[in-house]
Amino acid sequence: MNKDKRNIMLTLVALVVLFGVACFAQTEIDSYVRRIINLCLIYAIIGLSMNITNGFAGQFSLGQAGFMAIGAYMVGIFTVPVNLRADVFYATPMHPWLVNIYIPLWLALILGGVLAAVVAGLIGTPVLRLRGDYLAIATLGFSEIIRIVITNATSITNGALGIKNIPPLNDVRYIFLVTAISYIIITLLLNSSYGRAFKAIREDEIAAEAMGIGLFYHKNLAFMVSAFFAGIGGGLYGALLGTVDPKNFLFTITYNFLLIIVLGGMGSITGSMFGAIIVTAGLEYLRLFDEPLEIMGVAIPLFRPGLRMVVFSILLMICVLFWRHGIMGTNELTWEKILNFVKHPLAGFRKKGVQGK
Amino acid sequence: MIRTVLRTEHVTMQFGGVIAVNDLNIVVKEHEIIALIGPNGAGKTTAFNDITGVYTPTKGRVIYSPAEGSEADITGKKPSDIAKMGIARTFQNIRLFKDLSVYENVLIAKHLHLKSSFVAATLRLPGYKKEEEAMRADVERLLKEVNLWDVRNEKASSLPYGKQRYLEIVRALATKPQLLLLDEPAAGMNPKETSELTDFIRQIRDRFNLTIFMIEHHMDLVMEISDRIYVLDFGNTIATGNPTEIQNNERVIKAYLGEDEDA
Ligand SMILES: Nc1ncnc2c1ncn2[C@@H]1O[C@H](COP(=O)(O)OP(=O)(O)OP(=O)(O)O)[C@@H](O)[C@H]1O
Ligand SMILES: [Mg+2]
Repeated sequence: MNKDKRNIMLTLVALVVLFGVACFAQTEIDSYVRRIINLCLIYAIIGLSMNITNGFAGQFSLGQAGFMAIGAYMVGIFTVPVNLRADVFYATPMHPWLVNIYIPLWLALILGGVLAAVVAGLIGTPVLRLRGDYLAIATLGFSEIIRIVITNATSITNGALGIKNIPPLNDVRYIFLVTAISYIIITLLLNSSYGRAFKAIREDEIAAEAMGIGLFYHKNLAFMVSAFFAGIGGGLYGALLGTVDPKNFLFTITYNFLLIIVLGGMGSITGSMFGAIIVTAGLEYLRLFDEPLEIMGVAIPLFRPGLRMVVFSILLMICVLFWRHGIMGTNELTWEKILNFVKHPLAGFRKKGVQGK
Repeated sequence: MIRTVLRTEHVTMQFGGVIAVNDLNIVVKEHEIIALIGPNGAGKTTAFNDITGVYTPTKGRVIYSPAEGSEADITGKKPSDIAKMGIARTFQNIRLFKDLSVYENVLIAKHLHLKSSFVAATLRLPGYKKEEEAMRADVERLLKEVNLWDVRNEKASSLPYGKQRYLEIVRALATKPQLLLLDEPAAGMNPKETSELTDFIRQIRDRFNLTIFMIEHHMDLVMEISDRIYVLDFGNTIATGNPTEIQNNERVIKAYLGEDEDA
């Protein structure tokens, strides 16, 4: 098919151009902004991963924080240089089996994703039989359990002290590449027959089953793939921060990704990308609410740490109440739409009948 | 001898105190069109749900024979496994994938025969590509045959009601069934549409070599195309026979008239 080939070419070109931008950003932009860009990219991976279960398979899961934690700790435990470990594990020494094992970041990312997927598989067996709210509560609970297990496995994870001295990775090129690969794999999966099966389950479980789509297999598949990419995103997150700490993976962080997919559109891959940019950048700019504000010498009492989250929650509520389909709904930004827009920038505003000519 | 495609043996379904289906013994032979009729709440849909695995019967067995000489007890199997074995169905209150296109609705029904793993599918390995092409070609042929090709990009829920019923049948056909169960396919249709549907059911039976088991209230349709009819009332089978026998059956007339008196 010709159009498909053209679209693949265009996507590749776009990725190469964006990678060029990433290289430029790496050398020309200050580290604070780079950090925000990297956070955008990481949030895009995790948002996308959450969209697989929640947007495509229609299973309302809130377990992302837990799967992220697994990935992040895989990076934390194994990528700290061996000679720095004694400093990190100063209270309880690291388990002797682990203390000399070093794994390069790329491998730790993959292993973190795999472990997250395995855990998801184990959790999924009982949990994915639940529906709607019950599934949300159960996954939220499991996410907290993962965090608590991590907090208590002190000789492996350094417990509540967290793991510092992870070689920091504020590298736009690296994180961009991982994001791009994740994006491509997820897109290919969701556009395959398996992705269609996910959508069928979202639309009508009973009909999907009657059409021969095994509910358990496909829900579990979506859940595990989702956890895999959340684990990878979590690993990058740990590497970006240079430290992992159980408090980073409180269930509240999952709401960021929920906002990303709701804002971008549940069931839209490109939507999640836009959502990630808006939410990450938004959270950053909303920081000004956390700082004390004085107007003509009078301190406005509301402006204090914590207000940011209040504003954030209100935005989430408004979005859910009035704008349920988000930016994209279940649609995608396709090359057809972009090319059409380039050719006839105003066509969208004209009457439909004119467009054909 | 003609093969028995489906047989229920003493199938009973109880919901709490309600016995929705009581000791149902149905035999459906290859290439037949069999109708299941009865007043509202008689247990017809429940019988379908017992056969397709939506419910597990409280008692009795469902036996399915997909081919000469092979027989399987499908009682309580998962609906998806039963579909894979060759039993497809439609629903009384249409259950299309509403927000998806007509084309996708039918394409999804091809997924059950996919052999490629999700890894092969994601990586678009040659084996998967071939399968995907074959699925798409099949869907195209099917949609063209039933005149739904022109509306393939419409949302399923935007089709007129009658077309939605057809689409649901086509989606079931896409699974390549042996046995097709239709739950009130003519519901909401006017006499003209009903007679078109009658022809359509016959056509697909011959064209796809199907055995058809259907629930229907439109008596013209039932009497015209059924080889045999089973009549349920309050879960009990009160009569079986060919259309003429059923039309003249005292108990059947009573069951239907009784319903009228109550109303
Ligand atoms: N899941 C269920 N739980 C409890 N009772 C049920 C359930 N499903 C069906 N019933 C009951 O079983 C009886 C038969 O229902 P069923 O839907 O099979 O009737 P039907 O013959 O298909 O009627 P209709 O012509 O109205 O479609 C009814 O009394 C119904 O209330
Ligand atoms: Mg019914």
